[in-house]
Amino acid sequence: MITGLFLSVFILAAESGGSIIDVDPGVVFWTLITFIVLLFILKKFAWKPILTALDQRENAIRESLDKAEKAKLDAQNVLEQNQVSLAKAEEESKKIVEQSRQYAEKLKEQILQDSRDQARKVINEASNEIERKKDAAFDELKTQVAEIAIKAAEKILKENLNEEMQKRIVNKYIGEITKN
Amino acid sequence: MTPDTVKALTSADTLKKAAESSSDPSWIMHHVMDSNRISFGPLGSMQLPHLQLFGFNLSITRDIFIMWFVSAVLVILLLIAARGYKRSLVPKGISNFFEVIIDFVKNEIVKPAIGKGYEPYMPYMLTLFFFILFCNMFGLIPLPNLVVVTGNVAVTASLAIISFVVIQYTGMKQHGVMNYLKSLVPSGMPVMIIPIMAVIELIGLFTKPFALCIRLFANMVAGHIVIFSLLGLIFIMHTIYVAPVSVGFTLFIEMLEILVALIQAYVFTMLTALFIGMAKHIEH
Repeated sequence: MITGLFLSVFILAAESGGSIIDVDPGVVFWTLITFIVLLFILKKFAWKPILTALDQRENAIRESLDKAEKAKLDAQNVLEQNQVSLAKAEEESKKIVEQSRQYAEKLKEQILQDSRDQARKVINEASNEIERKKDAAFDELKTQVAEIAIKAAEKILKENLNEEMQKRIVNKYIGEITKN
Repeated sequence: MTPDTVKALTSADTLKKAAESSSDPSWIMHHVMDSNRISFGPLGSMQLPHLQLFGFNLSITRDIFIMWFVSAVLVILLLIAARGYKRSLVPKGISNFFEVIIDFVKNEIVKPAIGKGYEPYMPYMLTLFFFILFCNMFGLIPLPNLVVVTGNVAVTASLAIISFVVIQYTGMKQHGVMNYLKSLVPSGMPVMIIPIMAVIELIGLFTKPFALCIRLFANMVAGHIVIFSLLGLIFIMHTIYVAPVSVGFTLFIEMLEILVALIQAYVFTMLTALFIGMAKHIEH
């Protein structure tokens, strides 16, 4: 039944004068004009601005990407430079610290040496002085002892040399002499 | 099936038609064929003026009227889309919708098919694609007058004629008229075969756009005939119980038609671009 419907549609359509595959020249004419007018209107007012905008945007995106890439590269360079200068500065500071330490060491050494020398000098002078004072004191002591001894001897001689004692001493010496 | 069966069809339009000629089941054709009447559904219909120029019947028919309507819609929408780009390069709203399609036509169809120097063809290609797409899509809206314009063989023939002119013009401009015609016959052929090949290639030049024309027309008109036939089953079988099946299948075909509308716009544009590319880069 359905096949019959389709068949009759085509056959009867062809019989009734107009067929759907008839090309109407009027329609062709108007379609050509419509399409060409449409083409020109759209080209001028739609395609040109839209395509230009798309191109512009494409370029803008590409440019921004390039710029971003460049900025990244720049940043990397700066970072590297910073790192290099940082390392340099660190080295520099290390060197400075080392130098000052050496200087301080030297200074310390020198000051120590100086003070040691000074001390030794002072000690030497002091001991010399002591020696001299000691000698002087000793000399004085000797003279004083001799004086005291003489005085004591004088005293003893004055008080104890009596007759009997004198006799005993004389005897003693005479005895010694005889013995010899 | 008898004419009486057909006569009993209950669609108002179909009934009227059936009443006019009792033995005429061409009501389906009436729907898909061009006419001089434009109807506004329940509001009645209007006779379009007859126009005779240079011995040709240049009347504005229903299809031409609808074609102008579709073109106007297309122009308005595209102008709105184009205006969006004036404000900023970031697309918004309708510009987004068109940009996707424009981008598709540019990068998937025209660029690969034509290759280097494709830019001058962009306006033509885009107009062609959008014109076919909009005509196809408007044909899917089930209103009395929104017939599918690309289901008129004269319209598709006109589009094919324009394609043919563009293709030949490209080839002749690129290589010079004589070189282009000479290049149609493949080199290295035995002398005896050259005349035969020349004839075949010459015919080939015309079959390409002819195939374009018939492919688009047949695809668009076929879907509509199937839809009308499916719905017609309800009236032919005199029973409402067929309706769910008919409507279901119609819905399915309608969905398929959306796909076909897109595919046919793509195919027509794609093949035209391909032929332009072939004419541009002739193998020697």
